[in-house]
Amino acid sequence: MLQTAQRTAKSKTKKTAPPHDRFLEAFRWMLLTRTLEEKLVSLYRGGLITGGVYIGKGQEAVSVACGLFLQQGDIFAPLIRDQAGRSAFGEPLIDVTRTYLGSRLGPMRGRDGNIHRGHPRKNELAMISHLGAMISVTVGTLMAKRFKGEKNFVGLACIGEGGMQTGSLHEGMNIAAVEQVPLVVVATNNHYAYSTPNDREFACHDLVDRAIGYGFEGYSLDGTDLGTCLDVIGGAVKRARAGRPPQLVVASVLRLSGHGEHDDASYVTEEIKRQPFARDCLKVAEQTIIDLNLVDAETLAEWRKKAAAQVDEAIADAQKEPAPEGDKEDWCALSTRDLVDSFE
Amino acid sequence: MSITYLEAIREAQAKLLRVDERVFIYGQDVGGTFGGAFKATKGLAKEFPGRVLNTPISEDAIVGTAIGAAIQGMRPIVEMQFADFSSIALNQILNNAGTHYWRTNVPVPITIRLPSGGTKGSGPFHSQSMESIYAHYPGLIVMTPATVEDAYTMLIEAVAIDDPVIYCEHKYLYYHLKADKLPEKGLPTGRARIAREGRDLTIVSYSAMMQESLAAAEELAREGFEAEVVDLRTVKPLDADTVLASVARTGRLLCAGESFPWGGATAEVIARVTSQGFHLLDAAPQRLNAKDTPIPYHPNLWSAHRPNAQNIAAKARALLRE
Repeated sequence: MLQTAQRTAKSKTKKTAPPHDRFLEAFRWMLLTRTLEEKLVSLYRGGLITGGVYIGKGQEAVSVACGLFLQQGDIFAPLIRDQAGRSAFGEPLIDVTRTYLGSRLGPMRGRDGNIHRGHPRKNELAMISHLGAMISVTVGTLMAKRFKGEKNFVGLACIGEGGMQTGSLHEGMNIAAVEQVPLVVVATNNHYAYSTPNDREFACHDLVDRAIGYGFEGYSLDGTDLGTCLDVIGGAVKRARAGRPPQLVVASVLRLSGHGEHDDASYVTEEIKRQPFARDCLKVAEQTIIDLNLVDAETLAEWRKKAAAQVDEAIADAQKEPAPEGDKEDWCALSTRDLVDSFE
Repeated sequence: MSITYLEAIREAQAKLLRVDERVFIYGQDVGGTFGGAFKATKGLAKEFPGRVLNTPISEDAIVGTAIGAAIQGMRPIVEMQFADFSSIALNQILNNAGTHYWRTNVPVPITIRLPSGGTKGSGPFHSQSMESIYAHYPGLIVMTPATVEDAYTMLIEAVAIDDPVIYCEHKYLYYHLKADKLPEKGLPTGRARIAREGRDLTIVSYSAMMQESLAAAEELAREGFEAEVVDLRTVKPLDADTVLASVARTGRLLCAGESFPWGGATAEVIARVTSQGFHLLDAAPQRLNAKDTPIPYHPNLWSAHRPNAQNIAAKARALLRE
């Protein structure tokens, strides 16, 4: 049952063809994400974002593949470094900027911030900070779909190697296999849980080995190679949709940022920065485009310009919007208003 | 016909499964031919195939799965085998279910049944009353039925409510309480009930302690004191109006609860009454809880650990002398 996929982008492709038929589409989501997140970092450093900024630099290739193959009716449970996947899944940019800038009109209305956002009614689950918790929630959404007689759906939940060490993750993976729901878990090993390196996180040879223990099918891949990410994660989504057991994909990358922008990541060693998995997936993908002459330099520049314009517009729009106000807030944690306790 | 508190819980679930296709039951040992550690789901798996499902010993994932299903339109009922084990699922209950509506505007209609409270010989890990912990956190409704009738109607109501409900059913009442028949309808959720009228003091309680309070009131009546007993029914929301109205009549307040003494439901009742109705009180309000130790195994220790009719009555007598 246990398999690995580690082919390189060039192994099956013709010299002039993209390594995957959705390669360029995925690249543009990655580019948009990098542009957006660099802008968010600037705003944070300029004191315009309260709280924190958490970016997915170095993980965009894995993330975009997570969002790209999901269809209408599928469930997506992204985590903190999944902007590329969220965008590919359909999250509007304005949701991001509204949440980071605290607009009252955003999906979280200033009640939650930064990456803690979602649209449960549109099947994008809103993560909580407690890692591993969203795996079983995703399982539940899939069970509901099965109860309701829906067909041809999958769920995809993201996790990191840090989150893979939680009890919640373990329970969630196990119950997914027991319930035989069409779930894909994509675990991105970015080699640091905040500042803690892999050797203090787990002691097994390879995290993908756990797949067989849970009754999942497992795949590992080079997360810096967009073509491979699209092949392997796209394949896992396809297999889950076709009724195969739940799928685990473990991607290897290096987090090319701090845990958040408050963190200078000074603990990341020079040695690890020289590892193959430390490549910048966006640069690797762009080099593939150039090497294979998939689009010309002008087009690439045009895409960059367009991404910058989209980001600027989303930020400008959100900045014009009203902030929540304490004395006008609806301080009600229940939807059943007549059951709200009164402390007045 | 006579029906027990436990049978009422089973009947409520049978009715829910019968009338609402969104309902399913999820928990350890609830399915198959076993029907749960206390048989609260006995026979339901056979009657409703595929809708009463055994789970692994994974409280976190059981609740997480229920949350996901609820977000997608189902009405799951989770049975925790013992309330004590819900501590494993605290994260999902408090941080996921309890925050979800506030954060996303999408409610999470789950019902979590907690077989609660002590029985002889059950010890530290099969006897706990968790209502005060759940009531402390936002976004949850906490039910504590004290009668067979409420056990039935409140469970049906819990599943109808769009928000997460922690339904604390008391194990001591499972077999001890009986009713002639089950009602069609109960009091509205969030409304306390005057379980016994009286003029001399108010005893506010819930769940099994309400029954102990009624017994204490009978003891006091033989001595010429008439205690009014208020059954909170839900500890959250807390019906302070009914409590205050009772204290206005009696001028004295005693609260009895089975959870540990630091903070909690009884402290909350006293806080509300003293802040909103200080002028109504003729004496300092009092409360009785379990002792501030883990719950003991031996029956001699267990019966001394929790409040009972005798020490509730003793506390009431002291309050009446104030």
